Amino acid sequence: MEWETVIGLEIHCQLATDSKIFSGASTAFGAEPNTQACAVDLALPGTLPVFNDNALKMAVKFGLAIDAQIGKKSVFARKNYFYPDLPKGYQTSQMDDPIVGIGHVDIQLKDGTTKRVGVTRAHLEEDAGKSLHEDYHGMTGIDLNRAGTPLLEIVSEPDMRSAEEAVAYAKKIHSIVTNLGISDGDMSQGSFRCDVNVSLRYKGEEEFGTRTETKNLNSFKFMEDAIKLEVERQMDILEDGGEITQETRLYNGDTKVARSMRSKEEANDYRYFPCPDLLPVMIDDDFIDAIRATLPELPDARHQRFMEQYGLSDYDAGVLSGYSDTAAYFETATEQCDDAKLAANWVMGELSKHLNSNSLEIADSPVSAEQLGQLLARIKDDTINGKAAKQVFEALWKGEGGNGEGAADAIIEAKGLKQVTDSGAIEAMIDEVIAAATPQVEQYKAAEPEKRGKMLGFFMGKVMQASKGTANPGQVNKLLKTKLDALCD
Amino acid sequence: MHNKTLAELAQGLANGAFSSVELTQSLLDRITTEDSRYNSFISITHAQALAQAEAADVRIKAGDAAPLTGVPIAHKDIFCTDGVRTSCGSKMLDNFIAPYNATVIEAFNRAGAVNLGKTNMDEFAMGSSNESSFYGPALNPWDTDRVPGGSSGGSAAAVAARLVPAATGTDTGGSIRQPAALTGITGLKPTYGRVSRYGMIAFASSLDQGGPMARTAEDCALMLNVMAGFDPKDSTSIERDVPDYSADLDKPLDGLKIGLPKEYFSGDIDPEIQSAVQDAIKQYEALGATVKEISLPNTQLCIPAYYIIAPAEASSNLSRFDGVRYGYRCEDPQDLEDLYKRTRGEGFGDEVKRRIMIGTYALSAGYYDAYYLKAQRIRRLIQQDFVAAFNDVDVIMGPTTPHPAFKIGEKTNDPVAMYLEDIFTISVNLAGLPGMSIPVGFANGLPVGLQLIGKHFDEARLLNIAHKFQQATDWHTKAPSDV
Repeated sequence: MEWETVIGLEIHCQLATDSKIFSGASTAFGAEPNTQACAVDLALPGTLPVFNDNALKMAVKFGLAIDAQIGKKSVFARKNYFYPDLPKGYQTSQMDDPIVGIGHVDIQLKDGTTKRVGVTRAHLEEDAGKSLHEDYHGMTGIDLNRAGTPLLEIVSEPDMRSAEEAVAYAKKIHSIVTNLGISDGDMSQGSFRCDVNVSLRYKGEEEFGTRTETKNLNSFKFMEDAIKLEVERQMDILEDGGEITQETRLYNGDTKVARSMRSKEEANDYRYFPCPDLLPVMIDDDFIDAIRATLPELPDARHQRFMEQYGLSDYDAGVLSGYSDTAAYFETATEQCDDAKLAANWVMGELSKHLNSNSLEIADSPVSAEQLGQLLARIKDDTINGKAAKQVFEALWKGEGGNGEGAADAIIEAKGLKQVTDSGAIEAMIDEVIAAATPQVEQYKAAEPEKRGKMLGFFMGKVMQASKGTANPGQVNKLLKTKLDALCD
Repeated sequence: MHNKTLAELAQGLANGAFSSVELTQSLLDRITTEDSRYNSFISITHAQALAQAEAADVRIKAGDAAPLTGVPIAHKDIFCTDGVRTSCGSKMLDNFIAPYNATVIEAFNRAGAVNLGKTNMDEFAMGSSNESSFYGPALNPWDTDRVPGGSSGGSAAAVAARLVPAATGTDTGGSIRQPAALTGITGLKPTYGRVSRYGMIAFASSLDQGGPMARTAEDCALMLNVMAGFDPKDSTSIERDVPDYSADLDKPLDGLKIGLPKEYFSGDIDPEIQSAVQDAIKQYEALGATVKEISLPNTQLCIPAYYIIAPAEASSNLSRFDGVRYGYRCEDPQDLEDLYKRTRGEGFGDEVKRRIMIGTYALSAGYYDAYYLKAQRIRRLIQQDFVAAFNDVDVIMGPTTPHPAFKIGEKTNDPVAMYLEDIFTISVNLAGLPGMSIPVGFANGLPVGLQLIGKHFDEARLLNIAHKFQQATDWHTKAPSDV
């Protein structure tokens, strides 16, 4: 019998509001502990919550982006449990009436097909603070800066069948929320955290198996590893005739080990009930339409447009359209050089290589889209060749040539990288190379005509060397061939 | 000076008969000497009061006075007061110095009123007798062997004993009206949402409402003028214009239609309360009102519904008292669970623990539908009863309580008997309506309250109806013999 993996995700996405969901305190990350917690966040006696409209607008934006039903009446409920970093002793969340109802996203699979993943719901809630167990000599420090930060909890249907699909879904949601500008999506700061529900069943069976939940996976890599690990664990148990215990698990990405956190029996009874301090949130079609009008272009639409407008391949369009920063960079560079394929190759190649090895986001690239575009324009108009262009890019990356426009031209000028396109000058260099390489010329002459093409490389290299890389390679190639073939006759 | 009403004191301050400092000092002296008999204050704020009085005198001299500038009052110890212990009658907050002002406190500060101190109350406002206070019960000035009612028993006792002309209270199931009735004063619970709850320590959020307690309806109007209004910090407060509650006090009552719910005049009611209330109704007829019997058929359900909804909300509201950030923390906790269990076990009194347990139970998985949701359905039925009744009448009247003040300790071992004392007041909270209690006579020498229930936001009308009665009668002027 073959096993089928069933995966559902709960994603906690921190919304990019300036202030907290129920108080006026700042949500900025990284401040001194407890400096961004006001009376409401500290749950001082007598304090009351006031709902932040911006969190509502962001949630509705998300709902519209995934083609979901928007809750015209959504209700905040209290989820009651005791924990030191939960100041009120309850988390204000949504239960029966979430702001976002059933929706869906499409993910692209490796075999080129598209799969639709259902989103059950997305609801608004407040984040808890942080318990700090180190540095307090056996005691626990409480930092309430994060308490009350707005979260959108996005719950998927159990529609995914592999770790790869789960990651593709999570990445799609990530690209949607960052494109909408409703979250910075910064996983290292906890702005985008995934809980993964995994179960196994025999292929073809309808009933779901018993699931486990692995919590707080804060990178796509950890998520993929954790799922694979959990699938293996469950498979081992089931194949040994055992049973899966419904439980919550914690995965440590550094040690690659997961452990049980609590079983179903130990789970809290959260005693949800509607929060009497907050009125139901009522919105109408006008409100929803006004938000719809502010929706930016979304990744799927942009993907399609990149293929149509720029003639990009499905794959290239997919890579370049996922994030608005990347897409904008590509489009600006294309505008400058008027060659989308060239721009696509450079953004996905040289630029992305440099960004990755320096762990930089494209928004922080030292080479601006304009600069890269102008550099590419010089390839396009034959001012430089591709090899020289890489030198110019290196120089731009290091900040040479100044930061402004014309930086690429300045570097080309300073380094003398302009391509030699004067046929006379190239022919002279070719003649010199041929004269100095009698044995190779003889080999060339002796070779079968169809094998001569391969032998051209040696002469190409010599000529390019002689030109210090500035000769137009196309021209060199053409002239070399003519001259060598003439010798064979 | 202590026999003057708020209105008379405001008048005296305005025309320079005395200064706020003189007045404040004289009342502080009186509280210091007399309150040992009533235990109506938890904290007396001498220094702050005198500083506020000095500032008020400056304002009065500068011609910048508001109606209550320089008038001393007191606040129930449930309203957070910046720099002052705000205990909510609990050991849990005995060491809690509030770092901010409740919106109500802020409003009185802006008006220039002087805060003499914080009054005694049932712990976390849970009680009908003031006996659940960590600071010991406040005592009824009419008979100090008896309770002043609760939970705003300290405010009621202080006003009845002429220690303060007026005080704030809060009312979740009758906590302003019942003690007002039992101590012979006038108290008003406004419409839910009329007075900000921000900074008022929550008992049951969907029922709690702050309001004034004074000797006359006229004084309650002056107080409500300061307290009422929309507060952006309280999402349940209502954005609606605030009328001048003093403006229409003297409007004639000709044509006023009074509804008398038959359910409020049957069952276990003290006969002397029955007759005092009947006499008051006759007085209203003499003032031009007509009377009609009505029915509020779900009255009997209000206590069970209330004792699900209020404890459910309370069980959640009181979770924040965990010993982590402020308030009481048990000695030398061994671990987190020990910290929680002993902090809450030692910090809360019996009645609070009883209600937390009831509420936790009612919200638990498997019981939620049977208790909490059913109670909410009953709540809607009770609201509909009132909506139907108000189609025919302008105001509903009946006794505020079935019995006069009971003896200290009489009902402490029988919580249900205690809860039943609130049968006439609770439904008003469940329906979110405004209600008043005014003194209308005596039963066995103890004050009797008449409850007036109005339509939503009909506070001005209620005050007018109460004031006209007080113009025609002198029950509200009666003081305990040794006061």
